[in-house]
Amino acid sequence: MHDAASGVVPYHAHQFDDAEQQYQTSTLGMWLFLGQEVLFFGAVFATYFYYFFLYPDAFEAASNHLSLTLGAFNTVVLIGSSLTMVFAVHAAQHGTKRAQMAWLVATMILGIVFLCVKAYEYTHKFHEGLVPGELFTYHGPDAPQHQLFLCLYFAMTGLHALHMIIGIGILAALVLLANRDWFNAGYYSPVEMTGLYWHFVDLVWIFLFPLLYLIGRH
Amino acid sequence: MTDAHGHAGAHAHAEPQGFIWKYVFSVDHKVIGIQYLVTSLVFLLIGFSMMLLMRWQLAIPTPPDDFDPEKLSLIRSFLNWLFPESMPYGFMDPVFYNQLGAMHGTIMVFLGIVPLGVAAFGNYVMPLQIGAPDMAFPRLNMASYWTFLVGGIVLLASFLAPGGAPQSGWTSYAPLSVVAPAGQTYWLIGMVIIITSSLFGAINFIVTMLNMRAKGLTMGRLPVFCWAQLVTAVLLLLAFPVLEAGAILQLLDRVAGTSFYIPKDLIYGSTVFPRAGGGNPILWQHLFWFLAHPEVYVLLLPPMGIIAEIIATNTRKPLFGYRELVGSMLLIGVLSFIVWAHHMFLSGMRTSLASLFVTTTLTISVPAVAILTCLLMSLRGASIRFNTPMLFALAFLPMFAIGGLTGLPLGFAPTDLHLHDTYYVIGHFHYVVAPGSLIALLGGTYYWYPKMFGRRMSEKLGKIHFWMTVIPMNFVFFPMLIQGMYGMQRRLAVPVEQSHNLPVQGWSLIIGIAAATLFVGQIPFIINFFWSLRSGEAAGENPWNATTLEWACPSPPPHGNFATEPEVFRGPYEYSVPGHKTDYWPQDEAA
Repeated sequence: MHDAASGVVPYHAHQFDDAEQQYQTSTLGMWLFLGQEVLFFGAVFATYFYYFFLYPDAFEAASNHLSLTLGAFNTVVLIGSSLTMVFAVHAAQHGTKRAQMAWLVATMILGIVFLCVKAYEYTHKFHEGLVPGELFTYHGPDAPQHQLFLCLYFAMTGLHALHMIIGIGILAALVLLANRDWFNAGYYSPVEMTGLYWHFVDLVWIFLFPLLYLIGRH
Repeated sequence: MTDAHGHAGAHAHAEPQGFIWKYVFSVDHKVIGIQYLVTSLVFLLIGFSMMLLMRWQLAIPTPPDDFDPEKLSLIRSFLNWLFPESMPYGFMDPVFYNQLGAMHGTIMVFLGIVPLGVAAFGNYVMPLQIGAPDMAFPRLNMASYWTFLVGGIVLLASFLAPGGAPQSGWTSYAPLSVVAPAGQTYWLIGMVIIITSSLFGAINFIVTMLNMRAKGLTMGRLPVFCWAQLVTAVLLLLAFPVLEAGAILQLLDRVAGTSFYIPKDLIYGSTVFPRAGGGNPILWQHLFWFLAHPEVYVLLLPPMGIIAEIIATNTRKPLFGYRELVGSMLLIGVLSFIVWAHHMFLSGMRTSLASLFVTTTLTISVPAVAILTCLLMSLRGASIRFNTPMLFALAFLPMFAIGGLTGLPLGFAPTDLHLHDTYYVIGHFHYVVAPGSLIALLGGTYYWYPKMFGRRMSEKLGKIHFWMTVIPMNFVFFPMLIQGMYGMQRRLAVPVEQSHNLPVQGWSLIIGIAAATLFVGQIPFIINFFWSLRSGEAAGENPWNATTLEWACPSPPPHGNFATEPEVFRGPYEYSVPGHKTDYWPQDEAA
């Protein structure tokens, strides 16, 4: 990874012996962080499954409140952003600054597209009276269970969107740092760790999409 | 420092000079450890003061026959002056009692014992014991402390909220917590902040222990204290996010109109709660206890590690069963994730599920007893040095045993039906956490104080503190077990309103007196802590003649800890090795 023969001088902080130890440490730290993220989303998914098994029919019916087209479009957008993120990490590893910045910006744009579609979907729910609480106006059969499904929809996609916003913020910081020649072939772990985070957030969506949008359409 | 090797590209990291950067916004694990130490001791004192007010109320819950509001005693007029609304004439409003109860539990667990055991001693001692110059992520470490402090302040600020502090107990059971006044929102936000802080810490601890150990320090040579911190960090990492998610859902229930924990047609007061519902309050209990049972071992394992260190040093012989100790800790770590529902036998659970949780709960007592046995057997045939840390360690053993053994009837569903939510439960877990964990943490303070500040604490004041802590503590908590077996329920401001509590009400007066004595007993400790900073006996590098690496650097250690990176040649507890020139053989001493 950190090839001393390549002539690049890897940066490492004072508490580490060498750049290799630093790289191993930051990678382990990131995986542990993702491990706790799994448990965090795991609790929310457990909540979802608990209520899904209690009210399967109502949940399947309520799933039809969501737009399959927009959900599918966003899934494609996010998978695309994972691809551009891979290219960004690759470019960082090879020290090509322009390509790295371009791919990082592309990832950001795809992330923003996702959030814009999400915002449009949320607005739509407001207009249709499908927001839980006082604004909820759906009075069909199983209305409380429909509302519970939409509670889960907003909580799950909301927490996911919050992770996306944080991710876009980190990507913006990486673009600025890359512009100042912060990264080179010997030191690129911030880009790689952001990549891990970004892929994880995408992966959460890969679970959210079928659970929220597809269960009513078999 | 490692960059003294002249490694290309290493950024030299000089010690910061200004007061602010050196002592306030420091990234040095030792400064952060002391910040945590002082902060959590202050929080413990705050939580204890709240409990004193409650014990005052419980000791004399109703006005005696000859009570005259014109002639108040000194204490009653003081309380009347201090809390004119919540404690008129020194008798406590039940709502205020509930607020103090919820906050006492929250503060003691999340702002007192855990930060003291994990963050204070873990931060200070663990990097030294593994021979590292600092934690793996020093800035994350600093962020952890400041996040923790903000979370603690948010929790305390809840007293200023309209309707006062949270009143739903430290467990915040839904749906009561969802309909409670605004203070509960502060609790939830404060908890999310504190959880974030502890996740920062947990990641840092694991990474540091796995990747930053000195040369030759294999996992099998790691001191028991480090192992305890490692298991604890994993528990924090995997259990806390679940409560974080649960707390966010409860927050949404309170502020965003969702109904995750609100059942359909919930009747609150005399009206139907105006929310569609469809949720289930028991879900909150599951998410809460999925954290809160591993949390018990978070409270317990670091103190056990401290006791192991103190016992090994002061018995001058190797710990009995190092492997068994470590193995039991790992086993506890695994099992602690599958016992949580033993808190919920009365919440409605099918019998087959209850018997599963009874089995796992009784199983987890096996490694716990194994640890205690190892510590006890370590005393066998030893010439014990009875210094203050060792007195605390010796007191820990029987008192923790009481705490552990009184837990068995609670883990066993048929007996739990009677004991659930009585003072027996309070007595049980306080024996684990106060005469158990807290005693160990106080012992740890005496043990590592010389390393932290370069001077020993006074032995004389230490022994006064010891006896004035251990004796009153047993008079506080043992009567609770008796009261609980008579059926006295927890969380009642006026237990005498129920006639079956009358026969054991007398104990409450004794508990009240003992609690006040315990409070007075902490004064020697506070004096000792500050007096010894300047006037204690100079400690030198290794005042206890101990073997582990934290004693191989100056007291207090300079920035970067070790002049040269230490190398480890042997296990952590090589005491009284035949043929060696001293009765201790430090880990870093070349053969």
